[in-house]
Amino acid sequence: MYDPTVARLTYRALLGRRRAAILLVLPALLLLIAAGVRAFNGADDQMAAGVLGGFAIATMVPLIGVIAGTGAIGPEIDDGSIVYLLAKPVKRPVIVVTKLVVAIAVTMAFSALPTFAAGYILNGNGQQIAVAYTVAALVASIAYAALFLLLGTVSRHAVVIGLVYALVWETLFGSLVPGARTLSVQQWSLALAERIGGEGMITSEVGLPLAVALLAGVTLLATGYAGRKLRTLTLAGEE
Amino acid sequence: MTTVRIDHASRWFGNVVAVNDVTMDIGPGVTGLLGPNGAGKSTLINMMGGFLAPSTGTVTLDGEAIWRNESVYRRIGVVPEREAMYDFLTGREFVLANAELHGLGAGEAQRALATVEMEPAQDRKIATYSKGMRQRVKMASALVHEPDVLLLDEPFNGMDPRQRMQLMDLLRRMGGEGHTVLFSSHILEEVEQLASHIEVIVAGRHAASGDFRRIRRLMTDRPHRYLVRSSDDRALAAALIADPSTAGIEVDLQEGAEGALHVQAVDFGRFTALLPRVARDHSIRLLTVSPSDESLESVFSYLVAV
Repeated sequence: MYDPTVARLTYRALLGRRRAAILLVLPALLLLIAAGVRAFNGADDQMAAGVLGGFAIATMVPLIGVIAGTGAIGPEIDDGSIVYLLAKPVKRPVIVVTKLVVAIAVTMAFSALPTFAAGYILNGNGQQIAVAYTVAALVASIAYAALFLLLGTVSRHAVVIGLVYALVWETLFGSLVPGARTLSVQQWSLALAERIGGEGMITSEVGLPLAVALLAGVTLLATGYAGRKLRTLTLAGEE
Repeated sequence: MTTVRIDHASRWFGNVVAVNDVTMDIGPGVTGLLGPNGAGKSTLINMMGGFLAPSTGTVTLDGEAIWRNESVYRRIGVVPEREAMYDFLTGREFVLANAELHGLGAGEAQRALATVEMEPAQDRKIATYSKGMRQRVKMASALVHEPDVLLLDEPFNGMDPRQRMQLMDLLRRMGGEGHTVLFSSHILEEVEQLASHIEVIVAGRHAASGDFRRIRRLMTDRPHRYLVRSSDDRALAAALIADPSTAGIEVDLQEGAEGALHVQAVDFGRFTALLPRVARDHSIRLLTVSPSDESLESVFSYLVAV
């Protein structure tokens, strides 16, 4: 279910100069904020949880998921270069799963690693806050990458829809509307972080078993549907 | 013997019918798919390449459905019309990736690059290639697994005359070796130079099929319309209408101070020889002779009506 050539092409496309620069902006900002907070406030557990939960998990991880997930397949479908993958005796689900693995790896690398580093800068992993949020970033990376890869497969406006989801749903509704919180990748990943972090430091709207089931379900369904969609993807000509 | 069979295939996009009940067999040798822009050639090639499902009818490769069947790509090579490629790769990396996706390696990639004479530029990024070079690298990517069937959508676009000749030689050779080669073009001369068999598509319909000489004859024997201005239009009209190659002449007094003749010729070869001779014999000076319906669309429309 993994094709190294498809993976290589996807990595090269995703980590091209322009996209890599975009991917680096948010982690750099997080590290800058973490360094500033530590310099002015010293090591503060509540502050550390606030920065990692409020910026890293609520904003940075979904945005990097949008860039990596949609970027792993959307541009190739838009410009038609996907034809060079589709005109090969390679099963469509293999293409989708490979691209998903790459999107997950890139999302993890550009979101979980900086989250861990920022956690250490903020309070030296006191109350296990850095590890807890890093685990949340890792599992959220999987679900976001799958969701946004599907979006890149079904819509030409995947980036816009993804940004609306990441910023409006996850960040705005997720913090204002209680019902919306349960339907949020962010909250599902925080359910894991809640178990790892110190008592009362991290809270989630969703219980751990439900969160794990939802994370797995969304990832599998999105991947399966993207594979199906790619199998019947039609390429209209220039006419 | 590898045959792509299109059987009563139609394809529509919303209300627009792009391909309308087309039936044809594409067998070994070089076949030219000829038609004006927008005729449905790309849609037909996309159906043959498995990138588009026919709305009705079937498209098969030796009896095997092409749509939703990845295994056919072991036997089909596709050169799409679209320019988009993996521009961040070098030509060699691109062809190698295509070889690997077929389970092949660097040897096959190198051979394909040599076939299209792209070895000197193989280590340059595709983004820096000219249109002709991109076309040749696309060709190499389609040839890397030596397919039985090669489908090319407008392959000569952007190529200079030398590259065009090279590609024509290559396709001719492949056709001669028993490969099934189909290419689309809207340029009659291209098709005539290369294809042993021609399929003509006009407005989504299969307009004509057969040997290029037959199609060429159909095209040249159709009534031709000319706009003629001369030093004595009426005398010229009287002399031309006496010959059976001319079916009708209209004297147009609105066409400027000199006037003009609208001539309908039914025998193209005879009329083009007759006109200068008649003018010389009657001491008439020809000021303008221009075909007024030479657009490809009008030629193709005539074929549909035949």
